[in-house]
Amino acid sequence: MKPSSFAYAKTRSLDETIGLLEQHRDEARIIAGGQSLMALLNLRLSAPKLLVDINGIAGLDGIALDGGDLKIGALVRHSAAQKSPLVARHAPLLALALPHVAHPAIRNRGTVGGSIALADPAAELPACLLALGGAVEIAGPGGMRTVAADDFFQGLYQTALGPDEVLTAIRLPAAGETTRVAFAELARRHGDFALVGLAASARAEGDRLEDLRLAFLSVALTPVRARRAETVLNGQRLGSLPVDEAVAALADDLDPDGDIHASREMKMHLAGVLLRRVAAQLERPVP
Amino acid sequence: MNQTSTRITLTVNGGRVDETVECRKTLVDFLREDLGLTGSHVGCEHGVCGACTVRVDGSIVRGCLILAVQCDGAEVETIEGLSDSAEIADLQENFIARNALQCGYCTPGMLMAAAELLAEGGVPSREAIREYISGNYCRCTGYQAIVDAVEATARQRAGRTS
Ligand SMILES: Cc1cc2nc3c(=O)[nH]c(=O)nc-3n(C[C@H](O)[C@H](O)[C@H](O)COP(=O)(O)OP(=O)(O)OC[C@H]3O[C@@H](n4cnc5c(N)ncnc54)[C@H](O)[C@@H]3O)c2cc1C
Ligand code: FES
Ligand code: FES
Repeated sequence: MKPSSFAYAKTRSLDETIGLLEQHRDEARIIAGGQSLMALLNLRLSAPKLLVDINGIAGLDGIALDGGDLKIGALVRHSAAQKSPLVARHAPLLALALPHVAHPAIRNRGTVGGSIALADPAAELPACLLALGGAVEIAGPGGMRTVAADDFFQGLYQTALGPDEVLTAIRLPAAGETTRVAFAELARRHGDFALVGLAASARAEGDRLEDLRLAFLSVALTPVRARRAETVLNGQRLGSLPVDEAVAALADDLDPDGDIHASREMKMHLAGVLLRRVAAQLERPVP
Repeated sequence: MNQTSTRITLTVNGGRVDETVECRKTLVDFLREDLGLTGSHVGCEHGVCGACTVRVDGSIVRGCLILAVQCDGAEVETIEGLSDSAEIADLQENFIARNALQCGYCTPGMLMAAAELLAEGGVPSREAIREYISGNYCRCTGYQAIVDAVEATARQRAGRTS
């Protein structure tokens, strides 16, 4: 199908963007990479009166160390993040996850900010942000604010972003010497949205695993942490992680609905399989 | 702010184009309907099949997931441009030699995607080739012959430079 008719504005600043969003409210929609929104427009699942294109705003496509964080601008394309030496070094979890995001032509255009703002429960980057305990920087009529990943994802496609706000960057704690990360997902076909996926970050403190955060994708309305499984594994000795016990704990952590791609039982089974794979990856330092 | 069409200027296959377009028009529809460049195909219109793959500012994108207005000032290349410049003549020869196309619907998008992988240089593994074209559906060939053609082209190019 073809999109219904709309007006188009390419903005040059955050102020101009926020002004338009304030003025047009529900009738306006931001477009970044368009790799999710354009499909919705073509299918007429979304029919804004005004499309606000933020691709002309300077300064939103940088990747840089800022304090102890790696800051990734909202307009950084998935492919640029994938090729970035800074991401490889300081956010190795993202480097592991990005090849699973869609296909090359989509990664060339889709943005990191768009993926986080959309908060698709099957998407890789929101789960990585949550696993890393990162944060989201937001510009709005009242100025800038920062929201922790744990508070950002609120419901199906629902986030802490207000209708007149713009996500400007994400912040990820930069990886250090002791950082351990892992990523695994199962999809029917490479680049498809995952049936189930798991992102993890932790620290190796001596011979112990500490500060483990496990974030599953595609098992709930948002990316979700598996806090009981985290508790089971935290403080345990590397080399003999109690993986069976952690997998059993997932029964308390996860409550997925089945869908046309996988039943509830299948998703629970795959979640256990992924936890085993991720635990094995966590045994080894980041390469 | 309530104009639903606008004037754009862009480069398509090296030539300057100046047109008025509806804001809602996708790039692939603009190329096909306004410029008569029907080599780029339209399959699913929601980013899944890859038939609409074109190059914008040097990178492949989905022609159905980008608006023509967003390409104001951009450099767009289509299969017609790549064919005329002979940039992928060897790849096209290999597609023909290996029967890597049957109905041809997927072929322009497939060539666009494969050309980007080949431009990285070296000889990619068959696994890497499959991954790179994973966003392009072919309902005829079963992919095997396409992977063969891309692999053969990479080998020939590597052989020429070494
Ligand atoms: C065939 C196909 C397969 C895909 N597979 C995957 C996959 O496996 N994994 C995956 O994670 N993704 C996948 N995607 C989605 C892709 O990664 C998108 O790029 C991403 O979800 C959205 O980023 P975008 O920049 O394209 O956002 P857009 O489509 O431009 O916007 C998405 C939403 O976010 C809002 N928005 C965008 N940027 C901002 C901002 N800075 N501030 C506030 N709001 C904003 C928009 O208003 C819109 O509501 C797939 C897409 C397609 C078409
Ligand atoms: S028509 Fe664009 S991906 Fe199918
Ligand atoms: S040759 Fe028919 S779809 Fe590929």
